[in-house]
Amino acid sequence: MAEASKGRIPYLLSLPALLLFAALLVTPLVMTAILSFQNYDLTTGVIDGVTLGNYRDALSDPYYHTIFLRTIGIALATTVLCVLIGAPEAYVLSRMQPPWRSIFLIVSISPLLISVVVRTLGWALLFGRNGVINQVLGALGLGTGPIPLLYTVHGIVIALVHVSVPFMVISVWASLQRLDPKVARAALSLGASEATVFRRIILPQIIPGILSGSLIVFALAASAFATPAIIGGRQLKVVATATYDEFLGTLNWPLGAAIAIVLLVVNAAIMLTYNNLLERRYARTTR
Amino acid sequence: MTRNGPLAITFNGLFVAFMLAPLVVVIWMSFTPENLLVLPTTSLSLRWFYAILDNQQFINALGMSIMLGLIAATGAILLAVPAALALSRYRFPGRDGLVAFFLSPLIIPHVVLGVAFLRFFTQVGVSGSFIALIGSHILIIFPYGLRLVLASLTTADPAIERAAVSLGATNWTMFRRILLPMIIPGVAGGWMISFIQSFDEVTMTVFVATPSSMTLPVRMYHYIEESIDPLVASVSTVVIFGTFLLMFIVDRVYGLDRTLVGPGK
Repeated sequence: MAEASKGRIPYLLSLPALLLFAALLVTPLVMTAILSFQNYDLTTGVIDGVTLGNYRDALSDPYYHTIFLRTIGIALATTVLCVLIGAPEAYVLSRMQPPWRSIFLIVSISPLLISVVVRTLGWALLFGRNGVINQVLGALGLGTGPIPLLYTVHGIVIALVHVSVPFMVISVWASLQRLDPKVARAALSLGASEATVFRRIILPQIIPGILSGSLIVFALAASAFATPAIIGGRQLKVVATATYDEFLGTLNWPLGAAIAIVLLVVNAAIMLTYNNLLERRYARTTR
Repeated sequence: MTRNGPLAITFNGLFVAFMLAPLVVVIWMSFTPENLLVLPTTSLSLRWFYAILDNQQFINALGMSIMLGLIAATGAILLAVPAALALSRYRFPGRDGLVAFFLSPLIIPHVVLGVAFLRFFTQVGVSGSFIALIGSHILIIFPYGLRLVLASLTTADPAIERAAVSLGATNWTMFRRILLPMIIPGVAGGWMISFIQSFDEVTMTVFVATPSSMTLPVRMYHYIEESIDPLVASVSTVVIFGTFLLMFIVDRVYGLDRTLVGPGK
C-alpha cells in the first residue's frame, strides 16, 4: 500500500503545473498549428478546411524570402559578434581579483534584467540622425555627415548584440568556472607561454560554453521582436515583426500562424541538431 | 597568479562602456529641461518626471504591470515549489521528460507563444482580459522560478528531511518546519526573478494585451512606435531605477550572481 501511494506522490505534486502547461502551452500551440492549415478569405475571415497554401505562400513569396534571409543574417551576425566580444570578456572577468570580479560580472550581465524596450530606446537615442553618436562625431569633426544607424540592419545587429551578449558571458563564464586552474599552472611551470596556455589548454575547454552560448544568442536574435521593431522601423521587417503584422495589421491569421510555426520548427530543429552535435562531441568535457 | 594585462583591462573598459551606454543616455536625456531629446549640458530638470504623473496611460500601465507581476510571480512559485519537490526528491518514470517540458517555455520563441495565446484566448473568449494576461505570464515565467527552487532544493540535505520524518513528523510538518525554512532564500529569489521577467516581457504580451489591458513595456513600445520624446525617456529612467532596486534586494536575499549565473563558484 505504502509503495503504491508513494509512487503517486511526484505526479500529484507536479499535477497543478502539468495542468497549466496542458491548458496554456499544448492547447494553444496545437490550435495554432491547426490554424496554419486553414484557409483565409479577405471578407469572411478564417475558413475551415485543410490547405498547405499558407506554407506555400510563406516559403515561396519573395517578400517572405527576404524577411527569412534577413532574420537569419541578423541572427548570424549577432551570434558571431557576441562570440567575439562576450567570450573574451568572460575570460578577462575570470582573471580579475575578487572585489572587481563580481562587480564587473554584475555590470556585464545585469542589463539582462532591464526591459528590452528601455535598452532599445537607449540605442535609438544613440543612433538617430541627430543622435548622440552622430553629434559626438560631428563635434569631433570626424566623418562626412551623419552615419545612418537607425533603420539599418547593422543598427539592429548592434542593439541585438547588446541585448544578448550577457547570455554569452554567462555561458562562457560557467565553463571557465569548471576549469581546473592547476592544469594551466602546470603548463606554465613546464615553460609554456601564456598564449600557448590559452590556445592549447583554456580554449579547447571553453568551446562547449561558447557553442551553447551561441545557440542561446542565435535563438534569441532570430526571434527578437521589440529591438528590430524599434531600430528597424516599419520598413526592415524580420520574422517576428512580420508575424505581428499578419496578426494585428492585415489580420491574415492563418498565414501569420504558418510563419510562426515555421519559426518554431526551424528554431527547434537548429536547437536539437546543435545540442546533439555538442553532446556527441563534448560529452566528456561538459559537466 | 595570472593577472590581466593593460590590453585586457582596456577591453573590459570598452565592454562595460558598451553595456552601459544606452542606459546612461536614457537616464541623462530624461533630465532635459527642453521639449526635444537633447543631452542636457547646462541645466537639469525634473519636468519630464512630473509629466509622467499627468499621463494616465503610463500610470495605468505601470499599475497593471505591477499587479500582473505580483500575481503571476506568486502563482508561478506556488506551482513551481511542489513540482520542484517532485523533480528533486523522487525518481519516477518520465522525470527527465517532465524537466524538459517544464523548461520548454524558455526555448519557444515568445512571438510564437504570443500568436498561440492570441488564438487560444480569442477562441475561449477571454481575449485581452486580465485573466488571460495572468495565465500567459505564469506559463512563461514558471521555468525561471522552477530553476531557482530546484537549485536551492539540491543544496538542501535530504538526510535532515528523513530524520524529521523518522522522528514522527508528517510530510506536511516536515515541509513547513524543516524544508521550507531551508529553501526560502531560493524561493524568494525565484519569485523576484519571475516578477522581473513578467514585468519586462513585451514580445508575447504585445499580442495578448488590448488598449485597456496594456502592461508598461507594451505601452512604451506603442508610444515609441509613434514618437520618441523625453517623456518615454523619463518613464524608462523610472523603470531602470526600479529594476536596480529589485536587483539590490535579490542580491541581499539570494545573491545576484547566483541568480543570474547559477550556483557553483
